[in-house]
Amino acid sequence: MAYTEEELKKELEQQEYQYGFTTKIESETFPVGLNEDIVRSISKKKNEPKWMTDWRLDAFSAWKKMEEPEWSNVTYKKPDFQAISYFSAPKTNTKYKSLDEVDPELLKTFDKLGISIEEQKKLSGVAVDIVMDSVSVATTFRETLAKDGIIFCSISEAIKDYPDLVKKYIGKVIPKKDNFYAALNSAVFSDGSFCYIPKGVRCPMELSTYFRINQSGTGQFERTLVIADKGSYVSYLEGCTAPSRDENQLHAAVVELIALDDAEIKYSTVQNWYPGNKHGKGGVFNFVTKRGLCHTNSKISWTQVETGSAVTWKYPSCILKGDNSIGEFYSIAVTNNYQQADTGTKMIHLGKNTKSTIISKGVSAGKSQNSYRGLVQIGKRAENARNFSQCDSLLMGNNCGAHTFPYIEVKNKTAQIEHEATTSKIGEDQIFYCNQRGIDVEKAIALIVNGFSKEVLNNLPMEFAVEAQKLLEISLEGSVG
Amino acid sequence: MLKIENLHVNIDDKSIIKGLDLEVKTGEVHAIMGPNGSGKSTLSSVIAGNEAYEVVKGKILYNDENIEDLSAEERAHKGIFMSFQYPVEIPGITVTNFIKTAINSNLRARGKKEMPANEMLKTIREKASLLEIDSKFLSRSLNEGFSGGEKKRNEIFQMAMLNPTLAILDETDSGLDIDALRIVASGVNKLKNKDNAIVVITHYQRLLDHIIPDYVHVLQDGKIVKSGDKNLALELEEKGYDWI
Repeated sequence: MAYTEEELKKELEQQEYQYGFTTKIESETFPVGLNEDIVRSISKKKNEPKWMTDWRLDAFSAWKKMEEPEWSNVTYKKPDFQAISYFSAPKTNTKYKSLDEVDPELLKTFDKLGISIEEQKKLSGVAVDIVMDSVSVATTFRETLAKDGIIFCSISEAIKDYPDLVKKYIGKVIPKKDNFYAALNSAVFSDGSFCYIPKGVRCPMELSTYFRINQSGTGQFERTLVIADKGSYVSYLEGCTAPSRDENQLHAAVVELIALDDAEIKYSTVQNWYPGNKHGKGGVFNFVTKRGLCHTNSKISWTQVETGSAVTWKYPSCILKGDNSIGEFYSIAVTNNYQQADTGTKMIHLGKNTKSTIISKGVSAGKSQNSYRGLVQIGKRAENARNFSQCDSLLMGNNCGAHTFPYIEVKNKTAQIEHEATTSKIGEDQIFYCNQRGIDVEKAIALIVNGFSKEVLNNLPMEFAVEAQKLLEISLEGSVG
Repeated sequence: MLKIENLHVNIDDKSIIKGLDLEVKTGEVHAIMGPNGSGKSTLSSVIAGNEAYEVVKGKILYNDENIEDLSAEERAHKGIFMSFQYPVEIPGITVTNFIKTAINSNLRARGKKEMPANEMLKTIREKASLLEIDSKFLSRSLNEGFSGGEKKRNEIFQMAMLNPTLAILDETDSGLDIDALRIVASGVNKLKNKDNAIVVITHYQRLLDHIIPDYVHVLQDGKIVKSGDKNLALELEEKGYDWI
């Protein structure tokens, strides 16, 4: 059969979310609702010092006065924040010294996710921290990393074991009152990852965190803090999945990156939260604040592959404070069925000779809406700042939308800014050409989408590029390739 | 190998091919000539399985099998190849990656194992040199920014890689300068053997100076109005289509 829009639509509708299973692990979940007592309980449950409890309470009191942002190009029923449980932890001991102590059911979950820790340990040289329902389960490779003085642990442990570092940097890039969701996260974050790379150290392996929401009726609020000290380098990857559920689950994470002088951080995300079913029921609300601060001669590079979530609201940004610092943003956002994504970046040029690059690729299918929203801001003192932005949209079918909202604010005449944008459709002639060479429709779409996304995929660490390519195929096709 | 009987084809309810008969046997080269709008490109698209065209009457038999219900890729798996008049661009996918995907799709469809990487590389090099294709060309995005000559050379390169039983060359000479024409034609001649068949669709006679046909057919208003040997092409060139 030749490929028609109708058939493509049918195929896309039939596609199922691959990671939609739940694990039978007993969870300890707090009662629903949010008030000061809940915030205190979270802090107490985690044996946090008083300064941290106070920090949370301060964020909570600010949050109470804030309102949900409404400027983004998405429509959804606002979550009832009093109907969510703010803490859910697998009910076994949450501290493991080795994998042998981990609940076998939990390990099975990871196997299903295709991220067998054992295998990862042996083969890929990737250190993994897994956060399930907001609690950090295991960090592999910790000892190897410790030899170089690298700290890679859960943020809860970091608060206890490295309070000075945490105190110095937490909330410095994203103030706890930065926005509605950042404030909420600051009040109730349950866990997340912490990473510190000492001066001049090049982290010998990819660091990786895997997030999964399992318990129903819970929200996930993880917090990540990465500090690259002077002249150091780290490449960090986060991946995420959630089971299929009828209700909308809230995910409001905060990620802060600090690149001190001459340091480089490469932060890659493969986001595959449950996107809801084909009628737009269920799915994760992904409201995330990510921002990095660049000191002199440093570089922060964000790469994201966004295929999941019912609604995505996310703008990984760079503050280019130091002279000669570099910010990069490479993004592929795929939306299908009723998914909505409003994503992009902010590049804030403050230092001299600062450079930023934005490459954004949006693929829309079904009845989805995909928006790029970006801000390039050149400050008064940012002599010779440069930016290049490219936003490309690829449409499949006639019922989806692609939107671009670029904002440019320039306060220094020496700035050089370039912006390019294209919109294209997958053509039936392209599909027929592939078919004629013996390539079926699914594979043809995968080829075209991969080609379209190539500049971004090329920026992912090798071992994840393959996974991301597969994910693109799964997100857009009737069956798993 | 290919037998077309009383074929009628519509596009958007407009009748394009109106009762066409054609038989191509293994080892033969056929040329189909005709003025613009006579249905030449429609014919090649229909044989290749483009469903934008509707077969309203008649049949297409390929190796004695009616291929009406076969999809374009299934026809490709059975060894039908079409060189496009206007090859499409796929940005970001290299020539190598594309042909690799095509070859392996065909092998899998035929129940065979994928071609190992080293063998693939060797075959690609071999076939590329046949068409005087530079290795740099192979890492460029498929047809993106290609000149007319490069596009057509790439089509014949893919034909060489896929080794089809029936190759339909749709206006392969259009957009080619004389050197490119010679390279493409000599490539086709090297691929010609006693086990395959080639149908050359063209407006002009000049390609037939290089690819010598066993039979020439004149297509006019959706029907074959005259058939003959290679001399018919020369006669047409001299007298024009109005002569018929």
